Amino acid sequence: MSLFTKKADELLNWVDARFPLTSNIKAHLTEYYAPKNFNFWYFFGSLALLVLVLQIVTGIFLTMHYKPEALMAFASVEYIMRDVPWGWLIRYMHSTGASLFFVVIYLHMFRGLLYGSYRNPRELIWLFGVGIFLALMGEAFFGYLLPWGQMSYWGAQVITSLFGTVPFIGPDIAEWLRGDYLTSDATLNRFFAFHVIALPLVILGLVAAHILALHEVGSNNPDGVEIKKLKDKKTGIPLDGIPFHPYYTVKDMVGVVVFLIVFAVIIFFAPEVGGYFLEANNFVPADPLVTPAHIAPTWYFTPYYSILRAVPPIGISQFPGVAAMGLAVLAFAFLPWLDRSSVKSIRYKGNLYKGWLAAFVVSFLVLGYLGTVPANVWGQFGDWLGKADIATVVARVFTVIYFAFFILMPWYTKKDKTKPVPERVTG
Amino acid sequence: MMKIQMIKKAVFVLVMLPTLAFANVEVHLDKAPIDPSDQASLQRGARTFINNCLNCHSASYMRYNRLQDIGLTEKQIKENLLFTAEKVGDPMTTAMNKKDAKKWFGVAPPDLSVEVRARGADWVYTYMRSFYRDETRPSGWNNLVFDKVAMPHVLYELQGEQALNHETHTLTLTKSGKLSVEEYDALVGDLTNFMAYMAEPAKQQRNRLGWFVLLFLGVLLVLTYKLKKAYWKDIH
Amino acid sequence: MSANQIDKNQKQDVSNHSAVDQEKRKFLIATSAVGAVGAAAAAVPFVASMTPSERAKAAGAPVEVDVSKILPGDMLVSEYRGQPLWVIHRTDEQIAKLSNHDAQLTDPNLEVPQQPEYCKNKERAIKAKYAVMLGTCTHLGCSPAQNFAITADWDGGFICACHGSKFDLAGRVFKGSPAPTNLVIPKHQYLTETTLLVGEDKESA
Repeated sequence: MSLFTKKADELLNWVDARFPLTSNIKAHLTEYYAPKNFNFWYFFGSLALLVLVLQIVTGIFLTMHYKPEALMAFASVEYIMRDVPWGWLIRYMHSTGASLFFVVIYLHMFRGLLYGSYRNPRELIWLFGVGIFLALMGEAFFGYLLPWGQMSYWGAQVITSLFGTVPFIGPDIAEWLRGDYLTSDATLNRFFAFHVIALPLVILGLVAAHILALHEVGSNNPDGVEIKKLKDKKTGIPLDGIPFHPYYTVKDMVGVVVFLIVFAVIIFFAPEVGGYFLEANNFVPADPLVTPAHIAPTWYFTPYYSILRAVPPIGISQFPGVAAMGLAVLAFAFLPWLDRSSVKSIRYKGNLYKGWLAAFVVSFLVLGYLGTVPANVWGQFGDWLGKADIATVVARVFTVIYFAFFILMPWYTKKDKTKPVPERVTG
Repeated sequence: MMKIQMIKKAVFVLVMLPTLAFANVEVHLDKAPIDPSDQASLQRGARTFINNCLNCHSASYMRYNRLQDIGLTEKQIKENLLFTAEKVGDPMTTAMNKKDAKKWFGVAPPDLSVEVRARGADWVYTYMRSFYRDETRPSGWNNLVFDKVAMPHVLYELQGEQALNHETHTLTLTKSGKLSVEEYDALVGDLTNFMAYMAEPAKQQRNRLGWFVLLFLGVLLVLTYKLKKAYWKDIH
Repeated sequence: MSANQIDKNQKQDVSNHSAVDQEKRKFLIATSAVGAVGAAAAAVPFVASMTPSERAKAAGAPVEVDVSKILPGDMLVSEYRGQPLWVIHRTDEQIAKLSNHDAQLTDPNLEVPQQPEYCKNKERAIKAKYAVMLGTCTHLGCSPAQNFAITADWDGGFICACHGSKFDLAGRVFKGSPAPTNLVIPKHQYLTETTLLVGEDKESA
């Protein structure tokens, strides 16, 4: 045994002389000191990383059997579901993973809103994060075309058409994106390229930058206290810090298993999740001549789709809606400079911020729901409002709240009555 | 100019279509009596499907030898069910040429491999029992859940003929077929059961495996939780 | 974990120091063991997904060959698992000449198992008349060309165009050829007097 340890040590020394292995393990795991008061909301960063790995692995194996060709794509997915040994499992892992990726990312972003994780000195972490979010939306959109079902096809047709609303150059952009006069084999082929290599590379790069930036400045925590301010005088270790490994590795493992249980329940018992993860219409092969009766984007895009529908056109131009949708996503990038509060965490913020955050969450959820249903779902108002669709009016109100959360933030965060922040982290 | 036209059309579809779609009257669908573990029912359904549906429709993602899932042997499949293919490993294609079909019916009959996943079992079950005589249609048939359907009532010899009461919007049997109403419903139930199986052959295996995976993850959850507790004892 | 850190954390709980270590160790081992089993099980579907699919299996399924149409002295090229499948209808003369050149062969007694047990005989066949084999050279996979014309020093057979390997009408390789072994005879059986099923024999069916 001692000989073995000695040999292992020698090998490690040999590697360390040539590659910074031990120093990196120390910097990012064993001597990366994280605040000891992480709570439930802090599981979602490591879970996002897990889902990313799952998507890449299952994606690689799907690529071995999938055919990015208009005449064969739909059949090749059914081939995976039936003829490839265990293909159904790998495909369901990938389709479920796509939706859960957004669940995890949305919760991860919400954590940032709760505890002010975007504030100085973490602006770059946040910006890289927004970049990941954008790239992920692109990744999901491109991937959604690949099964080449009716929803895939018309989703891509509609979204590429959105670019066509950009004044003057729009129609050319839409055509350039598709590589054809309508969504076709050329579109499928390039979306495949974006989905399996271009965006994954971008996402991996951004994730690396996200984590490197995080490890440079250190993690925030539910109290919004900078643990680096109070260090042990002898060791220089933050008094409220504990090594990420083993403490958070073993803690995150519990989160991983809970996540896997949710993941398994969906995959093995309800992979369609009532049509939210896999739509019924996507089991009909793409047909450029027949638009399905009810088209809506996948659930994770519906808040933005709602905003798109809620914004009224100027004249015949739908561009304002498209622009609003884009701004709604990009608005997150400005948070570090919009929040003027003297404290980071919601624990020490006042009721004003809490109220606005609650209103934002409600509007996000309501817009998300409304994006999945037709505009007349709640009937119409009477003549006094020109028989407008109730749902459309509600969507407009919540769209305004959504943007007000960002636009008014400098004002209400400054006016907000904050509580004093403790020196050290609390339980 | 055409480009702009098309884009306007697409955006119109995007913004307006969800409104139009739900303007249709929702048809009441009967609950399909489905039991994926009832192999006798699945086998009866397979026979009905292969003898009737495969004449015009294909189920080209389904291989004949996969029918071993529902308790048939390769020999039984070869001797009794292999009408449209040569080899037992071949997919369920149709004898009908797509071009001819389009000429005869106006549309090519869709592939039925995943029909139940697209439409739902209840829809298929109700649809197959909702044909009625309509002399205004080229085929002489219409359907309560699929108005102006191109497909004629293939099983009318078994079900008989139904007529639509335009006031109550219900169907009544005007000419009885070889089967009683109960027998016909059971036949369509078996057929739907089979088509539901065919839409996702791995489903039974998926459900069974799921329990083992959850059991395993349950054990792992206890262990990782205990491990976490053991480490975090030190942290105050 | 750094030494300092252990120190700092355990100072607070010195009394049951060893008990804590025991517990950690116990659950560390248990979690690792169960986790490793899970990881291995999770890898199975991914590895298995790369084995031949149902489509590949269907395409590689046993093929039936009708041998009644092959004229004596002629051969039929069919296909089995994407490879050329030869069925040669040998004349009595050709069969007789098979034992003439044993000395020139690499493996005249069929020591290398390139054929099912029931073909390990003089004619390398179930029925002497019909030779069944895969027309893929055992050297580098080319398909040897038919060369049936009998001359003074050639009893009829095949010559591979790629590197000149020579085989007789039972698919046995001649010495001096780059091909190391005789041609492969796949599993086969006769369903009727003239219907051959290649890819499945009585034992495997």
